[in-house]
Amino acid sequence: MNVSRHVLSVTVRDQPGVLLRIAGLFARRGYNIESLSVAQTERPGLSRTTFVVTGEDTTVEQVTKQLQKLIDVLTVVDHSNSAYVGRELMLIKVAVRTPDDRVEIRQIAQDFRARIVDVAREALTFEVTGDEGKLGAFINQMRPFGIVELVRTGMVALERTEQERGRAKAA
Amino acid sequence: MKMLERHGVEVVFGHPGGAIMPVYDALYDSSVKHVLVRHEQAGAHMADAYYRASGKVGVCFATSGPGATNLVTGLATAHMDSSAVVAITGNVATGLIGTDAFQEADVYGITSAVTKHNYLVKDVADLPRVITEAFHIAATGRPGPVLVDVPKDVQLADYDGPLEAEVDLPGYRPTYVGNARQIERAAEAILGAKRPVMIVGGGGQAAPDEVVAFAEHTGIPVITTLMGIGAYPPGRDNALGMPGMHGTVTANRAITHCDLILGAGLRFDDRVTGKISRFAPNATVVHIDIDPAEISKLVKAHVPVVGDLRDVLPRLRALLPRLDVAPWREQLAGWKAKYPERYKTDKPLVSQEVLEMLRRAAGECIVTTEVGQHQMFAARLFPTTKPRSFITSGGLGTMGFGLPAAIGAAFARPGEPVVCVAGDGSVQMNVQELATLAKHRLPVVIAILNNGMLGMVRQWQELFHAQRYSEVYLADSNPDFAKLAAAYGIEGHNVFDREHAARVIPEALAKGEPVLLNFLVYEAEKVWPMVPAGAGVDEMIIGDQEPDAFETHAEREEVPA
Repeated sequence: MNVSRHVLSVTVRDQPGVLLRIAGLFARRGYNIESLSVAQTERPGLSRTTFVVTGEDTTVEQVTKQLQKLIDVLTVVDHSNSAYVGRELMLIKVAVRTPDDRVEIRQIAQDFRARIVDVAREALTFEVTGDEGKLGAFINQMRPFGIVELVRTGMVALERTEQERGRAKAA
Repeated sequence: MKMLERHGVEVVFGHPGGAIMPVYDALYDSSVKHVLVRHEQAGAHMADAYYRASGKVGVCFATSGPGATNLVTGLATAHMDSSAVVAITGNVATGLIGTDAFQEADVYGITSAVTKHNYLVKDVADLPRVITEAFHIAATGRPGPVLVDVPKDVQLADYDGPLEAEVDLPGYRPTYVGNARQIERAAEAILGAKRPVMIVGGGGQAAPDEVVAFAEHTGIPVITTLMGIGAYPPGRDNALGMPGMHGTVTANRAITHCDLILGAGLRFDDRVTGKISRFAPNATVVHIDIDPAEISKLVKAHVPVVGDLRDVLPRLRALLPRLDVAPWREQLAGWKAKYPERYKTDKPLVSQEVLEMLRRAAGECIVTTEVGQHQMFAARLFPTTKPRSFITSGGLGTMGFGLPAAIGAAFARPGEPVVCVAGDGSVQMNVQELATLAKHRLPVVIAILNNGMLGMVRQWQELFHAQRYSEVYLADSNPDFAKLAAAYGIEGHNVFDREHAARVIPEALAKGEPVLLNFLVYEAEKVWPMVPAGAGVDEMIIGDQEPDAFETHAEREEVPA
């Protein structure tokens, strides 16, 4: 049994209830979703949902096949079979108790290239983008100061373009 | 209604109500025949059986709210057994949706889990496309039910646009043509096998000629699952019967001892496989199915072939000679000879002998069943020789299926006799359909194998719950079924003994109209063999099927090394 983490990109038609179908499928077949994000794509009428699921490879293969069976699902790509770029956006509000804290927090944020999006007397809110490792590291760094609130979008992912093909297209 | 006529719909099973009245108003002037059911669930079962018996999409109507929720069991039954049904439901007007209006329910949400696809139509201009897609999705690829929910204002809206519409389904492309390389690999695997066996499931109902041609050409022994009954004629030398929990000794032994399984149009349901780790421990598995999600879902396929049996089996056959499997077939014939269908008749009337009498008297006919012991007895002792003729709720196991299914099948194949094999428990779950049956005077014989018990539950309680018979006794409050039939204007007989049974069965079948036969049978009869839940098929309890000692119980078999 080989348990691993999979990032699935699912292209769906923008039909009412398509998320209900996908969520229902996961629920009734007992698959767990770690994160899920949905948004429109460059093609009108199509949305792209990105799932992160952890499970045995056979289970994830079933998830993929069952998703493919849904009429409104066009494609399912399991990124664990290829190189991909995965990013997530996090908004995090960190408590500021002393002026020293404020300096230190801002310094760490700068190192992470996190943007300040809201400033208040008792808290700073940052926007951080990155892969899971980076977001996790940022959370760890901020924890001693006190995390007031945080929210994450869940991962979105794109397959990496092979270099050769990329050049050909550019030319 | 015009669109339904265009799609070749001849008959609709339904029940009207407030939110679907505009459709019923249109029906009044339509050439489509409508069968008024007495419960929407039965309408869905009739549409389901109509498809199973004919291969033509079955259609049912229901109103919003309770009408539509009553369909749910019927849709789930059709979904599990891959049956093409289009259900059209009314809903409250679009402006009222979401307000908890009278007879409103989220039918779209509720049925999305039990349909292949479903629609909520909010604009009448979408209706031609949606109806066209619904029939297309239901009948193609792996068939299944599709529900179209139409709010009342959409039903009433004026529409003078075209009724023709293109299917626009970029995400739906079933694979019919098997991959050539995979078919070659399948042929290589079969050629290398010494003890191959073919298992045919419900997919075989759509490809019986291909199944027969393949089995005749190669000489491969054939097992047919509950859903596959009739896809290969049960009387042939190489027909091994049904596998699984209540399968034949021969079929289950064949699975345990074979070195190759050719699975054709089946999904390796747990009632077929028993404990997966003990299922066909020595076999290479070649699995042909139209649904890629069934491949390696439960039983790992070494050689998967995604495609339609009608495409794959002839191409596979072309790559194979007659197989040199004489010793294997001899071994199987030996088991078949040692373990024929067997039951004791040293007691009152038993279900098995009634079924054998029915089979002999009926000849070729359509058999529908309810769910329980009688269903397993019927699968073993009253299998049909023709495809699309043994109609039973295999996957969902829906009590209450058999009687409406008999009506649906009778409409699908007018003039052919139908025998509904029922238990006294399950027949009561949709017994109101005696009214529908009476109205249309269909040639249906209802054979109730009445043991006054929920027999299958009782069997499990006897074997696995220390004979604690909890809530299975029905005899003290069952109706007099002959009188019940008479109340509906249907001829009914209570049958107590063999002589009476032998006389009344041929008479009933000759009538060509509904007759209910209520056979009072031995209450403690059990279905043997039995693979206990969670055990391997090699661990079956042979019970009364044991030839030498009827007293012998619980024989456990060894798995070969």
